[in-house]
Amino acid sequence: MAAIRPNSGENPIQECHIRFSQPSKGTLLIQFTGHWTLQNELPSVNDVEKQLGGGGPIQCVSFDTQALTGWDSGLLAYLIKIIDECKTRNIKTDQAGLPDGVRRLLDLAYAVPEREGARGVAKRPSLLARIGTDSINVARGTAETVSFIGEATLAIWKFLRGKARYRHVDFTMTIQQCGPQALPIITLISFLVGVILAYIGAVQLEQFGAEIYVANLVGLAMAREMGAMMTAIIMAGRTGGAFAAQLGTMTVNEEIDALKTMGVSPMEFLVLPRMLALMLMLPVLCLYSDLLGILGGAAVSISILDLGVLEYFNQTKNAIHLHDFAGGLFKSAVYGTLVAIAGCLRGMQSGRSAAAVGDAATSAVVTAIVWIVVASAITTVIYNILGI
Amino acid sequence: MPEVTEKNDAHITVQDLTMAYGDFVIQRDLNFTVRRSDIFIIMGGSGCGKSTLLRHLVGLRSPARGKVLYDGESFWDADPSDQVRMMRRFGVMYQSGALWSSMTLAENVALALEEYTALRPAQIRELVSLKLALVGLSGFDEFYPSEISGGMQKRAGVARAMALDPEILFFDEPSAGLDPISARRLDNLILELRDSLGATMVVVTHELASILAIGNNSVFLDPITKTMIASGDPKTLLAESKDPRVHSFLTRGEG
Repeated sequence: MAAIRPNSGENPIQECHIRFSQPSKGTLLIQFTGHWTLQNELPSVNDVEKQLGGGGPIQCVSFDTQALTGWDSGLLAYLIKIIDECKTRNIKTDQAGLPDGVRRLLDLAYAVPEREGARGVAKRPSLLARIGTDSINVARGTAETVSFIGEATLAIWKFLRGKARYRHVDFTMTIQQCGPQALPIITLISFLVGVILAYIGAVQLEQFGAEIYVANLVGLAMAREMGAMMTAIIMAGRTGGAFAAQLGTMTVNEEIDALKTMGVSPMEFLVLPRMLALMLMLPVLCLYSDLLGILGGAAVSISILDLGVLEYFNQTKNAIHLHDFAGGLFKSAVYGTLVAIAGCLRGMQSGRSAAAVGDAATSAVVTAIVWIVVASAITTVIYNILGI
Repeated sequence: MPEVTEKNDAHITVQDLTMAYGDFVIQRDLNFTVRRSDIFIIMGGSGCGKSTLLRHLVGLRSPARGKVLYDGESFWDADPSDQVRMMRRFGVMYQSGALWSSMTLAENVALALEEYTALRPAQIRELVSLKLALVGLSGFDEFYPSEISGGMQKRAGVARAMALDPEILFFDEPSAGLDPISARRLDNLILELRDSLGATMVVVTHELASILAIGNNSVFLDPITKTMIASGDPKTLLAESKDPRVHSFLTRGEG
């Protein structure tokens, strides 16, 4: 057998052909000529199938590679298709005519039989099946969320009775992370939200000469809704995503398993301090954000609307009541709980790969923002009914 | 074998265990017994479900069917509080070490002691230093897991697993990813701990050298038939097993 080496890939595009002949009855000889490499356009396997099916009953297929000038895995894949096709048609294949290297690689490829059941069903499931699978997943996800909230509630109950086991260092570290370290970005965003609200109000109210009511607009909007909502959304992106990534990485690294087998509840040890920290810090950040927003509004009003500093703040003081602040703070406590639950839930549900951790972080942020907006709508309606 | 009086009483008994992810069965009808002070090897080719079996034994995954008994007490039929009590009797060394990355080695080892004993902080510190010294990590108390090498992380994982002097120690692929000398040291550590503490060791591995050096009992899982095809002392299996799959595994396919 002529020693034909696998192609090193340097050759320019060359021709490759396949020829069929039947030297004796029932035997199909397949002749490969030219350069059978992936760079070249290989003939279609359909030709072989036609030969196998059409030209009378064939019992044996043999190969001739005398005129083959080069090959790589392109030829191998082609041969495997032919051999598999022959197997399904109960046709013998005689590999004697193949180059030595090809024969050995084919042996290697067929050395370990395909594990049954390992290859997923390749065909695309029907629409009905997909709807069914999705529904089951939604139901399962809801059940997981509910049970997670239940476990979290139990953990908080244990904490209130002083029986929860967690590291105080974790708690104070998380407070540090989602409190003081968030101040710069909260400062910037809240001030700018105040500025934007003031501009929107100013353009409209100037037409009636009621510029002074910009103070009411900015003050009420910040205190009742925007302060809580903006801090919650910032914390969802900043801290909720971080929680999910931390817990997800710990899942990948088997750290959560290690806690479980030590009989320590990850719920108390990891989730509880994070939830408490966020639930405590978000109202504080919200109050800070309210004040910064009002400052932003004041900056616009004083500089472009010619309102006096004292005038603006007196108007603000008269416009906002304590219950407006309290309503906003209550909302922010609710949002804080939701952001923490979304972050920890997605983190604990994370799969065991790097991509899964990324998905968990993304999903935590999306979930948190959806929950925040829904909760905002619900609380606003309830406040309206209660007349707060 | 070293001079350990081998009591033949069953420490862990697995009955008709079937493991599955949803509908995909990993292994079925597993039946074996781990005796007290055994070094029990769970072996088999990659992907046959060795680590999954370990997760079932330590209570992280519930079986699709069958039972895991500790001293005759069924783990999966017990109350959650009893499960925690049973879990406290064993320590697990995970494949990657699984040290808590936000805590120093000392804090990692100390956690179980803080949770489950009434020791004073000073006593805990002493014990932690002792455990770290036992695995050859004296002086690394204040290091974080990311600051030490993979082999050291595994040894620290062993120190953490034996913090509470458990009756059973589980090892998931102790020598995977280690150089031959570190792997050998870890094997010796397992042997010495068994001899000195009298603990039962369950080791998941496909490292042939380890299997033959330390194991005195084993189960062989086969990925094709999805069940166990051999059990017993690996050295006896090597000498006497007629099953070509077991024989070729234990001889690296050379026999």
